[in-house]
Amino acid sequence: MKKGNTVFFKNSPCITSFAAVCGSKEKEGVLGKFADITLDDDMYEESTFEKAECKMLSTAISLAIQKGGYSEKDIDVLFSGDLLNQIISASFAARDFNFPFLGLYSACSTMSESLLLGAMLVNAGCVNRVVAATGSHFASAERQYRYPLELGCTRPPQAQWTVTGAGGCVISSEKKGVKIVSGTMGKVCDFGVTDVNNMGAAMAPAVAIIGP
Amino acid sequence: MTGKTRDNYNENYLNYVKTQDPPTQHFKNCASAFGVGGLICCIGQFIRYMFEFAGLSGDELAGATSIVLIFLGCFLTGLGVYDRIGRYAGAGSIVPITGFANSVTSPAIEFKTEGWIYGMAAKMFTVAGAIIVFGVFSGVLVGLVYLFL
Repeated sequence: MKKGNTVFFKNSPCITSFAAVCGSKEKEGVLGKFADITLDDDMYEESTFEKAECKMLSTAISLAIQKGGYSEKDIDVLFSGDLLNQIISASFAARDFNFPFLGLYSACSTMSESLLLGAMLVNAGCVNRVVAATGSHFASAERQYRYPLELGCTRPPQAQWTVTGAGGCVISSEKKGVKIVSGTMGKVCDFGVTDVNNMGAAMAPAVAIIGP
Repeated sequence: MTGKTRDNYNENYLNYVKTQDPPTQHFKNCASAFGVGGLICCIGQFIRYMFEFAGLSGDELAGATSIVLIFLGCFLTGLGVYDRIGRYAGAGSIVPITGFANSVTSPAIEFKTEGWIYGMAAKMFTVAGAIIVFGVFSGVLVGLVYLFL
């Protein structure tokens, strides 16, 4: 059932298990204690930040599957994305698994989009279990969007930081865990914010404008 | 239609965003830029005196001083110290020649992971390229003016 831009799920797909990996800065924040794995080293024992991002995402996905007591055979499809060009870290993370992969790009709302689409598929009865996952890395995003890390430029006080972290959850048709009741599809709202350091201000109208 | 057009430009919202931004501390920023920038210049002057003492003069003296400062800028960037100075000093560490050295070295370090040729060498001037283009261009303009005067 759909009302406005919101889709209601009558078969109530459930989030049965979830996992998160986060970096050292995130660990100090209020959500740090909820992460399963926190990294002391943002390189995650890899040679580049992009590889670290990929490994975080892969770890989050396999941990989510493991924590729910599932095996790879139980998962029907993976919805995942990230912030890099050609959603490269999600594609490479998907290489580690033996189930189909559907890549998504929706910038900061990639996780909500993967949850929405995953829930839609499960609700429709097309599949039984979906993994929805997303990852990003401060250093790799910073390099792609802004300046090199070692460049001695100042950040304005309102500048926001891209999260170093990855998260994944299993959406299942089983009736346990957190129920997904509805999901709202978002519109793109551009109010003309051009400050590359203030992405929050650019994105906020999209949340405020769409009603349920 | 993309970008800032009359259709999407919401002045009320942009003004509201501006009021929510924490205020920039102009006085503090200027003071630290002045302090650090001045200190870099003092170090430069000290190096210059030392070279003068060693017997260099004219263009050689200016060249040798710049080389040492550029080396220091690159070296501190490699150690990961220069961006910390930059965060505190702002324009104070960007404007002197060490800032230019930093803007060349930092992408070189960052893109080294993509290989020596297609990564480091190709991306080395992503930040400094604009400075070089407009530097050369204004040099030509000033040269032309100088020619006809």
